[in-house]
Amino acid sequence: MKKVLHTLIFTFLLSVLFTGVALAQSNTPPTDDEVNAVAHKLYCPVCESTPLDVCPTDACKDWRELIRTMLADGKTEAQILQHFQEQYGARVLAEPPKEGFYWLIYLLPPAIILVGAFFLFRSLKEWTKPKAAASVLGGAGSESSPEKDSYLARFEEELKKQK
Amino acid sequence: MTEEKTDTKRGVSVTAQIAIWAFLVGLLALVGFGLNRARNPMAVIGDPVPEFNLVFYPGYEYAGNKEMKLSDLQGKIVVINIWASWCKPCEQEAPDLEAAWQLYKDSTDVVFIGVDYVDTPAGANEYLTKFNITFPNAPDLKSNISSILNRQMGVPETYLIDRKGILRQIKIGPFESVNEIQTMIQSIQ
Repeated sequence: MKKVLHTLIFTFLLSVLFTGVALAQSNTPPTDDEVNAVAHKLYCPVCESTPLDVCPTDACKDWRELIRTMLADGKTEAQILQHFQEQYGARVLAEPPKEGFYWLIYLLPPAIILVGAFFLFRSLKEWTKPKAAASVLGGAGSESSPEKDSYLARFEEELKKQK
Repeated sequence: MTEEKTDTKRGVSVTAQIAIWAFLVGLLALVGFGLNRARNPMAVIGDPVPEFNLVFYPGYEYAGNKEMKLSDLQGKIVVINIWASWCKPCEQEAPDLEAAWQLYKDSTDVVFIGVDYVDTPAGANEYLTKFNITFPNAPDLKSNISSILNRQMGVPETYLIDRKGILRQIKIGPFESVNEIQTMIQSIQ
């Protein structure tokens, strides 16, 4: 019982210590790297196709400042991305959300590659077939068709008649 | 003869061809359905403007409400101005728009609505304070309103809607004077 109590007290003290450390960390303002790490996952809503972390316009500077403020307020990266999506739409996200119609972006390319691989495999198989058939024809003719057999029989019969 | 038969057997079988076409048609149908669903109805001059909602910036309201629908303004002439704090030509027309609003604000017949296109809250607040804009202003969330209004070129753009909710005029670019704004409103009054 005493051992359990000691363990509980020790766990409690550890959690208090780590909470203090976490709080102390959250008081430090976010660095440019932290801001840019989030901004890199967003695109400038105005000047399209420009990642927010490298966008030089004043509007982009404002958006990066907004990210800095949100990080300082304790918002997570996911919450910030969500905010930008709600304000400006999914087009500002570098990685489209895994929901609804956007699933096509994730599912279609692998599906097309799989279908392509299947047909490539089939075609390769087809391309190797004629060689095999040619070697069979050139061989003993053991696998010839009944049609060919009757033709050969007639041919041999005609040869015998000639003799 | 035998060689010809072998040739016709090569390639993709009928079943596979049907499967490929079914896949492609299904894919096109899916993409078409998705695009159609994502597309907003668009306003055209002479037609009623499709419905949209506005959630005003803090400090702004219309008839005591922080939110409203376009249909709440039926029976009034509505001037919708699309702007952004990063847009320099918008700054040029902002004082004229506010001056024009001061002329109409007590008339109860004309309403000015500002729609802030793709902006930061801080930038928007700074802009609204700088030009002392008093008519109701709301952010264009997900660019939904500018999409419905079928934004032509960029910002600023102003849309004039008559009392029946029909789009009458689109002004592309900034107004040059208060008189220009008045003339536009008077054309349907």
